[in-house]
Amino acid sequence: MTALKPLALTASVLALTAGIAQADAPALMFDMGGKFDKSFNEAAYNGAERWRESTGGTYREIEISAEAQRVQFARRLAEAGSDPIVVLGFANEPTLVEVAPDYPDTAFVLIDAVVDLPNVRSVIFAEQEGSYLVGMLAAMATETNTISFVGGMEIPLITAFACGYAQGAKAVNPDINVIVNYTGSTPAAWNDPVRGGEIAQAQFSQGSDIVFAAAGGTGLGVLQAAEDAGLKSIGVDSNQNHLHPGSVLTSMLKLVDQAVYDAFTDGPDMETGVVVMDLAAGGVGYAVDEHNEHLISAEMIDAVEAARAAIIAGELSVHDYRTDSTCPAF
Amino acid sequence: MDIATIVQVLESTLRLATPLLFACLAGLISERAGIFDIGLEGKMLMAAFVSAAIAFVSGNVWIGASAAIFASVMLSLLHGVASITFRGNQLISGVAINFLAAGITVVVAQNWFRQGGRTPSLSGDARMQRIDLPFVDALRDVPVLGPVYTILSGHAPLVYVAFLCVPLTWYLLFRTRFGLRLRAVGENPAAVDTAGISVIGLRYGAVAICGVLCGLAGAYLATGLSAGFVKDMTAGRGFIALAAMIFAKWRPWHAMWAVLLFGLLEAVANRFQNIEILGIGIPVQAMQALPYILTVVILAGFVGKAIPPRAGGAPYVKEH
Repeated sequence: MTALKPLALTASVLALTAGIAQADAPALMFDMGGKFDKSFNEAAYNGAERWRESTGGTYREIEISAEAQRVQFARRLAEAGSDPIVVLGFANEPTLVEVAPDYPDTAFVLIDAVVDLPNVRSVIFAEQEGSYLVGMLAAMATETNTISFVGGMEIPLITAFACGYAQGAKAVNPDINVIVNYTGSTPAAWNDPVRGGEIAQAQFSQGSDIVFAAAGGTGLGVLQAAEDAGLKSIGVDSNQNHLHPGSVLTSMLKLVDQAVYDAFTDGPDMETGVVVMDLAAGGVGYAVDEHNEHLISAEMIDAVEAARAAIIAGELSVHDYRTDSTCPAF
Repeated sequence: MDIATIVQVLESTLRLATPLLFACLAGLISERAGIFDIGLEGKMLMAAFVSAAIAFVSGNVWIGASAAIFASVMLSLLHGVASITFRGNQLISGVAINFLAAGITVVVAQNWFRQGGRTPSLSGDARMQRIDLPFVDALRDVPVLGPVYTILSGHAPLVYVAFLCVPLTWYLLFRTRFGLRLRAVGENPAAVDTAGISVIGLRYGAVAICGVLCGLAGAYLATGLSAGFVKDMTAGRGFIALAAMIFAKWRPWHAMWAVLLFGLLEAVANRFQNIEILGIGIPVQAMQALPYILTVVILAGFVGKAIPPRAGGAPYVKEH
């Protein structure tokens, strides 16, 4: 006991100083793919930066580079007194199941998956609703009556994008042909622009003239192939309209930045539970800016806005593939 | 299946086979000289990054390709120093090069361009333009010849270079004095040494050629097939090339057919994701796994006995 005393004293002094330096500072843990991925993680970073600029606060951040670091880093942030801790990515669901119960006084936020614990806020996006809207735009813009989709890894989350896209397209034109392809079934599928471009070219040869890419880094190859072929593409997550102005028809937005900003603003005393970022909450949408406004006519906007209003009002429901693993539009 | 579909799949095959062909010939020359090289993947990756970065900065794809060759040769020489001069284990040195390239490309790209470990997208002269063969439009409607000519036309220049490298490699290995010595060094370096020819020099020559070819493979991948570098963009192609090399039993013409087979399988998997044979749907995963399944089957010895060069993997120690 006597031997332990100085140790305990040191620990409490350390805890005190740490507490002063990082009094309840929020923290952000990025997923694999890294902070500047032009997409999912970068959106979260932008949200955190926006919070920092508007409040003058500070936050901690950590990037994982290996699967084994998930639990370790989440624990480290909690030990350091960060609160709330925002953890990105569906792959972190088991991480929080393990870590969150050990720190009941710390608030955790999980983005893209649900963990049912009293101190966890789970933020999920209605990707099918945003995809529905860009599917409508694609169906109205196509000249060949054929549109296509390139997914990254074939997982329910990505199939939900494809399913919403196909539903939106078929709502405009029931006879439209929607080609759905995936890049692969391993994480390498997120970073293979060469294969993405080849799949897009194969789809073009089948008559598609608009391709929607929900495939991370692979998507860049898809957008490039569309530009090279003189056809159109649709970006994902962040606004990718500027990547190939005139060729990117629009981008399906997923406002991860807003989810992070809200979590940081709500602070340690936030309400936990499931938060659904759908159209009504402004969590998903489509991008129109100076790079693509000449591609989208007023009639197209009117039709999409009408559908958006109907979805928000509950008159139109978009089927979520994740609920029953089926899609009425396939 | 109509002609247009077949043409599309075969065009895609040529494009996808090109980086494999460069890498396969690179490995072939190196291993014929007795230096195992599983660092093909790393060298391609490094070349892909350097070609994209330099092409972006200079605005000229050929300056980028030259820089890619330089970078890849540097890695080759590193492999040479470790495994020829210091007689280290060639497999370990190759693995080290793969890891080195995977890490360093992303770190440098991030510090240089701040785009999450990728280079900015290339456009215009920073990309390899596709060239149309003469009279392609006039010949398009000619039966048989037309579609074949269409398949061959409209590729980046490096595609043609890659297929020209096949007879060149064959000639170099089997019709020149250098080639004879190179093969001898892979089979029986002591005999070469006895004849008063430098084993070390020949082996360095082989790994340097290997570096040049890997550089072309990476440059084509980043500036021809896609428009910029993305982390880990080689996606295992260096290993597929190694499998093709063993499949071809270290022979250039066979190597060409082997990589065309791998390219075809990948093109088919991209084109026909939901294929139905006799009413049974074959899942996407099975189609996409085909090249890898084939690799396993090949490496399990299905194609007969593949005997590597006899002195392969062994550093040469001069007898006193």
